[in-house]
Amino acid sequence: MAAESGKIDPMHQFEVTPLSGGFNLGGHDILFTNSALWMIVAAIALGLFMWGGMRRQLVPGRWQAAVEGFTGFISNMMMANIGTEGRKYTPYVFSLFMFILFCNLLGMLPLGVLGLHPFTVTSHIAITGVLALISFAIVLVVGFWRHGLHFFSLFVPHGTPLPMIPIIAPIEFVSFMVRPFSLGLRLFVAMTAGHVLLKVLSGFVINGFNAETLWLGSIVSVLSFILMIGISALELLVAGIQAYVFALLTSLYINDAVNLH
Amino acid sequence: MPQIAQLTADNWYLASQLFWLLVVFAGIYLVIGRGMLPKIEATVDARDRKVADDLAAAKAAHATADALEESYRQQSDASRLAAQKAVAEAKDKAAKDAEKRLAKVDAELGDKLAAAEADVAAARKSAMAEIESVAAEAAGDLVAKLSGVKIAAADAKAAVKAVIHG
Repeated sequence: MAAESGKIDPMHQFEVTPLSGGFNLGGHDILFTNSALWMIVAAIALGLFMWGGMRRQLVPGRWQAAVEGFTGFISNMMMANIGTEGRKYTPYVFSLFMFILFCNLLGMLPLGVLGLHPFTVTSHIAITGVLALISFAIVLVVGFWRHGLHFFSLFVPHGTPLPMIPIIAPIEFVSFMVRPFSLGLRLFVAMTAGHVLLKVLSGFVINGFNAETLWLGSIVSVLSFILMIGISALELLVAGIQAYVFALLTSLYINDAVNLH
Repeated sequence: MPQIAQLTADNWYLASQLFWLLVVFAGIYLVIGRGMLPKIEATVDARDRKVADDLAAAKAAHATADALEESYRQQSDASRLAAQKAVAEAKDKAAKDAEKRLAKVDAELGDKLAAAEADVAAARKSAMAEIESVAAEAAGDLVAKLSGVKIAAADAKAAVKAVIHG
C-alpha cells in the first residue's frame, strides 16, 4: 500500500512545465509554460463569454443577461462600497474578479479524464501575490495622489483618544501592510488546499480498487468517491467565493484610499 | 511544493509566470475591462434610463388622464346642474302661467255666473209677476163662473197675492 500511494503525488498538479521555448528578457528565460497556457485559456474563455454579451439588445437574451449579471454584480459592489467614484475602478476590479473566477473554474475542469492536466493558475502564490500587490499598489497610488500626506490619517481612526494614538497607529499600520499578503495568501491557500484534498481523495479511489483485499478497498473507494463529489461541489462554491472575496476586499481597500475613513 | 519553490532566487519559471501573468492580465484589463465592460454598462444604463423614462411617461399620461377625467366630471356636473336649474325654472314658469290662466278663467266664470244669476232672478221676478196676474185673472174667472159675482181685478190681485206670499 505504501508503495502504491507513493505513485500519486497530490502536489504534481501544481508543477509548472515548459511547453515550448521562449526568449530572454533581462537575463531571465521566458518560457511558454502550462501556467501561461491556462492563463491564456482563461482569457480566451472570458473573452468569448463577454463577447456573447455584447449584442447590446434592449431586451437581453439569456447570454447577455448572464454577462450583464456579472457586470452589474461588480458595478453594484463598487457603487455600494466606494460610491459614484467607484465607477472609475470598476474595469480593474471586474477584470480581477473575472480572471480569478475563470482561472479557479477552469482548474476544476475534469480534464484529467481525457488525459490532460488542468492547471489552476490561482493556486500559485506568485500569481495571487502579484495580483494582490497590484491592488495594493493602486491603493497606495490613489491614496497618495488624492490625499497626499493626509493619507497617513488612515492609521488614526476617527475618535481615537490622543493618548491611544501611539499604540493604535502602529497596529493600524501593520494591519494595512499585511493586506497584500493576506489577500494573496487567502486565494492561494484556498485553491491549493481544495485541489490537494481532491487529489488525495482521488488517490484513495484509485488505490482502493488496486488494493489486495478488494472488498475493503472498494468500500474505501466508493466512500471517497462520494466524498469527492460533495467536495467538488464545495470547491466550485469556493472558486466563486474566493474570486468574490478578492474583488470585495480590493474594492474596500480602494474605498479606504478614495474616501479615507 | 512548487508554489513555494518558485519564490527561491534561482527558480527558472518564476520569471515566465510573472511575465505571462502581466501580459494576460494587462490584455484582459485593456480588452475586457476597458473595451467591453463600458459598452455593456452603457447598454445597461441605457436600458435603465429607458425604463425610467417610460415609467415617467406612463405616470405623466396617467396624471393627464386623471386630470381629463376630473375636468370631464366637473363639466358634466356643471351641465347637469344647469339642466336641473332650467327644468326647475320651466316648471316654475309653467305653474305660474297655469295659475294666472286659471285665475282669469275663474274670474270670467264668476262674472258669467253672476250675470246668469241676475238673469235668473229677473226672469223669476217677471215670471212671479206673470203668475200673479194670471192667477188673479183665473181667480176672477173662477169666482164669476161659480158665483156669478164679478169681482174687481184689483181685489182678485190682492187676494192672490195674499195666498201666494202666505
